[in-house]
Amino acid sequence: MSGLAAFAAGLVFGAGLILSGMTDPAKVIGFLDIAGNWDPSLALVMGGAILIGFFAFRLAARRARSFLGGAMHLPRRRDIDARLIAGSVVFGVGWGIAGFCPGPALVSFASGVEPAAVFVAAMLFGMALHISVETFLRKP
Amino acid sequence: MANELMTIDFAHFTPGASFAGGIMIGIAAAMLALLNGRIAGISGIVGGLLRPARGDVIWRIAFVVGLFAAPTVMALAGVSPAPRIEAGYAQLAIAGLLVGIGTSYGSGCTSGHGVCGISRLSPRSLVATAAFMLAGIATVYLARHLL
Repeated sequence: MSGLAAFAAGLVFGAGLILSGMTDPAKVIGFLDIAGNWDPSLALVMGGAILIGFFAFRLAARRARSFLGGAMHLPRRRDIDARLIAGSVVFGVGWGIAGFCPGPALVSFASGVEPAAVFVAAMLFGMALHISVETFLRKP
Repeated sequence: MANELMTIDFAHFTPGASFAGGIMIGIAAAMLALLNGRIAGISGIVGGLLRPARGDVIWRIAFVVGLFAAPTVMALAGVSPAPRIEAGYAQLAIAGLLVGIGTSYGSGCTSGHGVCGISRLSPRSLVATAAFMLAGIATVYLARHLL
């Protein structure tokens, strides 16, 4: 049941990405290019998503268990550290170079767009690299 | 005025579709939070599959399968992603690597921080979103207007 719910959530999420224009890197770059011919569409994507999310997460925060009965796994951290900022900056640079962030890249990859496959492979390699480095650093 | 402060690209502006798509993304994040008790952060969901923990795999795979099914379902509805990709393969590889490393160290991406985190009014996510937006804007400015 929880697997089915996650599948449905993924499907609606992906459909939303496609409808919104997030899966078009040229549109993403047009949004980030505030000094050029600026396309503000993607601000509305965030606005629409947060409009729903704000109420949903207020409800979620009050619940001890999910509506399907499972445990809630919502983040509790509030500290702002160098890792958070440096990591986000590095992500933003990559986002600006290609116009892809993780969700749209995966959706484009699934629709058979070859360049998206290159991006996804490199992204997974980057994530795996992080895991290896962290595992290595934590060894006594 | 000869030098406008900002020009809006009305030819490509899609307020209706983008807002509707945003609402769908919000609904999806609400579903995952309320039904599965999880944050709909794509980098986190995928990253978790690279170091699988017992009992923490099926929902992640199910979500990604749903994400992968989206273009097919949307094609039936007559909407295609039609991505216009200007970056070459080398740029895509570098960008992908930076996105993979950056989202791992930054604990999230546009969905986890930008949508879910801001919805939760998380200070971490507000800072992360400001950081990746500014970095993205600076990168595009550099690439389009300076280089």
